[in-house]
Amino acid sequence: MKTVVTDSLVIGGGLAGLRVAIASQSRGFDTIVLSLTPAKRSHSAAAQGGMQASLGATIKGAGDNEDVHFSDTVKGSDWLCDQKVARMFVNTAPKAIRELATWGVPWSRVRRGERQVVIDAEKITITERDEAHGLIAARDFGGTKKWRTCYTSDGTGHSMLYAMDNKAIALGIPVHDRKEAIALIHENGICQGAVVRDLITGELIAYVAKATTIASGGYGRLYSVSTNAVICEGIGAAIALETGIATLGNMEAVQFHPTAIVPVGILTTEGCRGDGGILRDKDGYRFMPDYEPEKKELASRDVVSRRMTEHMRKGKGVASRYGDHLWLDITLLGKQHINKELREVKDICHYFLGIDPATDFIPVRPTQHYSMGGIRTRYTGESTSMPGLFAAGEAACWDMHGFNRLGGNSVAETAVAGMIVGEYVADYCATHTLNFKSSTIEHFVDIERQKIDELLNRSTGEDVFQIKKSMQKVMMDKVGIFRSGDKLESAVQQLRSLLDESKNIAIHNKIASSNPELVEAIRVPKMLKLALTVACGALARTESRGAHAREDFPERNDRDWLKRTLVNWEDSQADMPTLSYEPLDIMTMEIPPGSRGYGIDNTIPHPDTAVRKKQIEEMHAGMPPNANRYTIQSALMSYEVPEKYQGKNERIGEGFK
Amino acid sequence: MSSKHAHNATQDKPRIQEKRIAVEGRTLEFRIFKYNPQIKEDRPTIVTHTLTEAPGMTIFIALNEIREKFDRSLQFDFVCRSGICGSCGMIINGKPGLACRTLTSEFADGVISLLPLPVFELIGDLSVNTGKFMRSMSEKVETWIHSEQQKQIDLCRLEEKMEPDLADEIYELDRCIECGCCISACATKRMRDQFLGAVGFIKVARFEIDTRDNRSDADWYHVIGSDEGVFGCMALMGCEDNCPKDLPHQHKIAYLRRKMALNAF
Repeated sequence: MKTVVTDSLVIGGGLAGLRVAIASQSRGFDTIVLSLTPAKRSHSAAAQGGMQASLGATIKGAGDNEDVHFSDTVKGSDWLCDQKVARMFVNTAPKAIRELATWGVPWSRVRRGERQVVIDAEKITITERDEAHGLIAARDFGGTKKWRTCYTSDGTGHSMLYAMDNKAIALGIPVHDRKEAIALIHENGICQGAVVRDLITGELIAYVAKATTIASGGYGRLYSVSTNAVICEGIGAAIALETGIATLGNMEAVQFHPTAIVPVGILTTEGCRGDGGILRDKDGYRFMPDYEPEKKELASRDVVSRRMTEHMRKGKGVASRYGDHLWLDITLLGKQHINKELREVKDICHYFLGIDPATDFIPVRPTQHYSMGGIRTRYTGESTSMPGLFAAGEAACWDMHGFNRLGGNSVAETAVAGMIVGEYVADYCATHTLNFKSSTIEHFVDIERQKIDELLNRSTGEDVFQIKKSMQKVMMDKVGIFRSGDKLESAVQQLRSLLDESKNIAIHNKIASSNPELVEAIRVPKMLKLALTVACGALARTESRGAHAREDFPERNDRDWLKRTLVNWEDSQADMPTLSYEPLDIMTMEIPPGSRGYGIDNTIPHPDTAVRKKQIEEMHAGMPPNANRYTIQSALMSYEVPEKYQGKNERIGEGFK
Repeated sequence: MSSKHAHNATQDKPRIQEKRIAVEGRTLEFRIFKYNPQIKEDRPTIVTHTLTEAPGMTIFIALNEIREKFDRSLQFDFVCRSGICGSCGMIINGKPGLACRTLTSEFADGVISLLPLPVFELIGDLSVNTGKFMRSMSEKVETWIHSEQQKQIDLCRLEEKMEPDLADEIYELDRCIECGCCISACATKRMRDQFLGAVGFIKVARFEIDTRDNRSDADWYHVIGSDEGVFGCMALMGCEDNCPKDLPHQHKIAYLRRKMALNAF
């Protein structure tokens, strides 16, 4: 048996994983990154529109700061994010952007003087300040008060990932690609690494490490139509779940992006609407202002996706052989703008639809896009229940997104969480020794070898492709944008029986080395367990919050549901996960629950909300008149950040104020 | 010398929407390279499969259907399936390209032959190890910002300013997705094993204009000032003709040659 020993093992070669690896390697710890694909092909590269950070250099971002970004993020989360983590995040995001600038990201820069922009379907001239010329620019995105999304055309993730991976190469960090972690190794509840399958040779290798970080992205491919890359199957979260010890959080919080193209589900960035694009129905009518008069197309993603679905249900969708869709109209932005700032969108329209978005409308429909749920961690990124296991990025429920993530906050999370969690991973490596027994390692490798042998030897049984398709259809039809008790009930039953069938998968291709069917057969039972955590969490949560919309429970219910869903799979033979809940304490919140400002506010309040609001008012009243925003903030809520990222952020015209 | 012709070629393509409706329901014939080097007794062959064309069908969709229906062992690589990750480069009817964004309707006779990208190490069937190649290219060119000041940067302070035009220009060259199509289309690469190739030159061009990078022309000369570097290029421009991102290879190779030639004297 081959065993590789390291200090810091990172599973996932996207932005978050690479940044964690850079942090631990830079602190002198031996670091290895595992990746399904070459690191530069990770799904981070698909992030188009940009990364949020409150730099405030563009005139439309003037007055922005951490407080405004924080408030947008908390509102966006529908108050179920961890506000301390959101604070860590907003404070570090400007540093992350600036770090990436020194590492080579060619962020778009502010150009002094007048320029024409489209806001609310009207052409308006804005004037950028002379002194801001050459600083990092930002565009508008949904659910934000300021223009805060920094970008490189609509290939932001690509530029960020290339800079990050190049930095990792410069530091000599090995990326072992075409390797898949299929189980975690643990003893006495402490994570000690992973059992890894080489996707070319089929060899099983034990990677033993002090700290293991899962940064393998989301679980979008549980659904039949998703904007996610085909590798986003949630296996990182699933192997954590399968330990029976690590818990996952908020798995039912699944985001649908308003504008993926029909039928293939490829994303067109929120930047399309941020830059002035609008949504139209079958009559060419711009319908969003009727539903959301204030934010219109730039309401939060969950809201726009629901409004679009509602509108199509009223018969206003454009009928097509692939079902109804609506139109995204960016023609008003003009050819020049599209060619420069939305060129990936232009390419996607050209290659997959045969249309030119400068002259034609784009057929779009809300489509699965992001997983707010993931491995539940403390603010340090370490699992709340399994020492030695860390998670960062979309794979984690670090919990800055709560039940709805803002556009531009996900690539921002990857870079920021990578910086912060990476420091805590390094701290962990510095303070822990690696004590492992080879018998434990062999035990875990043997279990996996046995499972694979069974799959290769079983002559008759279920077809893995059929099971996967059925699962994806159940998730799509019954655990989608609008949910209800009866559908979810039936989804859970169907998923249980699929999980049962998956114990009897027989594969046609009996090769132990590179074998795509075997890869599916290893993954699909794991995916079914994840699908059950999503469906069970959704069934149990009898309220509507953020991306979780229950038609039978339309109110946001703070009284009973201001709590995070936790899920684990204690018994590997069980056919259902175990749910539990982690209440959020309003009395320690910087911003107690309130209205997000969309539709009617039908929230059932929590009794603590009024108490905390009054307390905060009194705190404000008791402040000295010259108290600055930092003093006020720290009086309201305390939070921790690694020392090297504690500094205040400078802004043009503001200094460090 | 202009790099514009590739852009024009893309724009002149007819509308796919009209074409794809016209060809719905055709029978497609796929001729696919099959060989698994992991299996000792295996020998390379071409295997033929037929499929019914669906509207909007891409080679990504078709290959997945073929794997599911006819050959569970068929190896190929897709990640983003939207033309941005560079995983799915292969030889499609004789030309390197991205399989995920190639519509089957582009081929009038319905016959589609698929071969793995040459030059790269074969993993199996249509899957090649571009990742290993690109990492080694990155190490050779040192595709990262070389800057002494970088170490002292205070992340709390305003970032260093950059001319907006320069940022845009760097981004244009930063769009390479390392798919390997340029390498597979390069005759020089076939003759000179150590030839850097267009993917490497475009990286040099990208870092060369970046004011954050302190490397001098003399430094670059060490990387590309030889027959293994920019002087080895025979100017057949297979790179420019086959780059899925329409990068200005021709222009940049010519520029680097002039620059390196000046540096040599």
